[in-house]
Amino acid sequence: MNAARPFAWFSWSRWWGIVRKEFLQLRRDRVTFGMIVGIPIVQLALFGFAINSDPRHLPTAVIVAEHSEFTRSLMAAMRNSDYFDIVEELHDENAGRAALAQGRAQFVLNIPADFTKQLVRGEKPAVLLEADATDPTATGMALSAAAQLVSSVASKDLRGPLAHLMPADPPFEVRVHRLYNPEGITQYNIIPGLMGVILTMTLVMMTGLAMTRERERGTMENLLATPVRPIEVTTGKLVPYIAIGLIQATIILLASRWVFGVPFAGSVVAIYLAALLLIAANLTVGITLSSIARNQLQAMQMTMFYFLPNILLSGFMFPFAGMPVWARWIASVLPLTYFNRLIRGIILKGNGWIDLWPNIWPMGVFTLVVMLVAMRFYRRTLD
Amino acid sequence: MSDAADADVLTIDVQGLNKHFGDKHVVNDLSMQVRKGEIFGFLGPNGSGKTTSIRLMCGLLTPDSGSGRCLGYDILRETEQIKRRVGYMTQRFSYWEDLTIRENLDFVARLYEMKDRQQVVDEALERLGLASRADQLTGALSGGWKQRLALAACMLHKPQLLLLDEPTAGVDPTARRDFWEELHRLAADGISVLVSTHYMDEAERCHKLAYIAYGKLLVQGTADEVVAAQHLTTFAVHGHELAALSERLRGQAGVEQTVAFGSLLHVTGSDAAQLEASLRRVAGEGLRIEHIDTSLEDVFIHLMKRSTDNYAGTS
Repeated sequence: MNAARPFAWFSWSRWWGIVRKEFLQLRRDRVTFGMIVGIPIVQLALFGFAINSDPRHLPTAVIVAEHSEFTRSLMAAMRNSDYFDIVEELHDENAGRAALAQGRAQFVLNIPADFTKQLVRGEKPAVLLEADATDPTATGMALSAAAQLVSSVASKDLRGPLAHLMPADPPFEVRVHRLYNPEGITQYNIIPGLMGVILTMTLVMMTGLAMTRERERGTMENLLATPVRPIEVTTGKLVPYIAIGLIQATIILLASRWVFGVPFAGSVVAIYLAALLLIAANLTVGITLSSIARNQLQAMQMTMFYFLPNILLSGFMFPFAGMPVWARWIASVLPLTYFNRLIRGIILKGNGWIDLWPNIWPMGVFTLVVMLVAMRFYRRTLD
Repeated sequence: MSDAADADVLTIDVQGLNKHFGDKHVVNDLSMQVRKGEIFGFLGPNGSGKTTSIRLMCGLLTPDSGSGRCLGYDILRETEQIKRRVGYMTQRFSYWEDLTIRENLDFVARLYEMKDRQQVVDEALERLGLASRADQLTGALSGGWKQRLALAACMLHKPQLLLLDEPTAGVDPTARRDFWEELHRLAADGISVLVSTHYMDEAERCHKLAYIAYGKLLVQGTADEVVAAQHLTTFAVHGHELAALSERLRGQAGVEQTVAFGSLLHVTGSDAAQLEASLRRVAGEGLRIEHIDTSLEDVFIHLMKRSTDNYAGTS
């Protein structure tokens, strides 16, 4: 019997064997391969082109009891605002309610009889704008635009003898300066945020499956019977997914620059560093899930459980500041929250390292803690 | 260690191993020894704890109590050393079906940090007769070829002990014979083999046997020792309508079991005189009755029945 060689706690040869094997398997797994490229493209298309949080051209019906210069220019102003498309003219209020109830119209504008007469007399008449407000996003922006219509109509039509009806100038004004995204283009916010969502979704799921797949196919027993060490298996399995994460990040960066024209204010190095941090955090989560899960189905279910709070609370879809305190606490644990701040900070605001630091270290802490949990749960034996 | 003492070197030496899964006592106080260069057969019904016992010996499972050494290393503390020197072939094919044959062997060679990896893999492929199909995906192989690949892969790092868990399940007779010839060649080279099986012909080819049922090792020794230890007498009855005869014999004094082998009925019991008397009385004319040596199969069926009864009695 040969003398007992001291047993190396880490062998590059074994580790490289695992890495090679994972790449070989990945290359033959077309579905996974398709997912790597397919998910970013599909999500980019959906969020970039289909979803709009500032909807325009909403169907509007009008009930006009009286036709005059004022009512005509009011309707013209609505059309010009881009928010309202006047699709039909109705005769009474009941018809208006029916249009709203059936969803034929999002808005019904009701101009009462004698509107012009009262206006000229200085009686401050009202027009009624009824809105289907079930979905606040659909009506919100349009309604705030409607409030400004009055002044635009007034400044156009209230001239000459009617000039005295012009509202007086307010005693002071608030000047608004929109920074970083002056035109308020939704895509500029959504597309960079999408990077974190896609990395979280695909990487947690794929690494979650990585270990459970070996267990389900019975190959784990074989691995455990060889001298390969847990740390070699775990880290070796992660390498291909780091590469996948970087590929996905690159796809999204290229698309945001050349397809959606998102202005890049910050450094690309910082973007990749942030991406690497998020990749590390996600991979440790995935490995932990797959150590806990008994089979691939359980791993998938746990992934969904992790994914939902990430997408809803991280500030990707809804503003962080608008959430109640308890939800903000949950969000403060999730790495995606910090990544979203980082990526938007880098791309849109051009943040420097000092600005970024408060969002960098929490991701590091998260990764470290989860890694400890993963080590705790890795099963060295079949027990 | 000197070569002279080889015959007495214990490759496996375990005492009082116990393993529970929940409230199931899967391995119950297992003690056994396997010598260097010995082929040790592990027999017993499904779910009797054979696989668990094998896993305990190579460090895949930790025993709840008990101790032992495998290749001179402690099975509790030195599992890493054991893993390097043991070749374990799982019951279910456990190589990667989405890797080619060569990739699988190459991967295994890397895990054992072998030098001259390329050469070792090439030689293994040559020996297997798979050199021309080395780049085929493993998943496309038939059962017999998978089994040969699995043996080649677990032999790649030249282990001193082979643990084979039902290696020939579902393999055709010719392939099985080749497989056992290979095992005997390896044993002659000083490699110890612990092999579990359900086949009697394979059991008879082992140097030593152990029968395990419900986690308990009931008997161990050479095939002859195992047979002799049960003190059974067997008669063979030649003739027709043996099923009816078997039915009539059941419950008669001295008759403990009847097993049909085609046109032959083995009737076994521990009390030779009583057994023969009952047999003569019930069988009547026209049937040829002869006293034969109790076969290993008769013994195993006897053991299996007895352990079932015991188990039913205790629970």
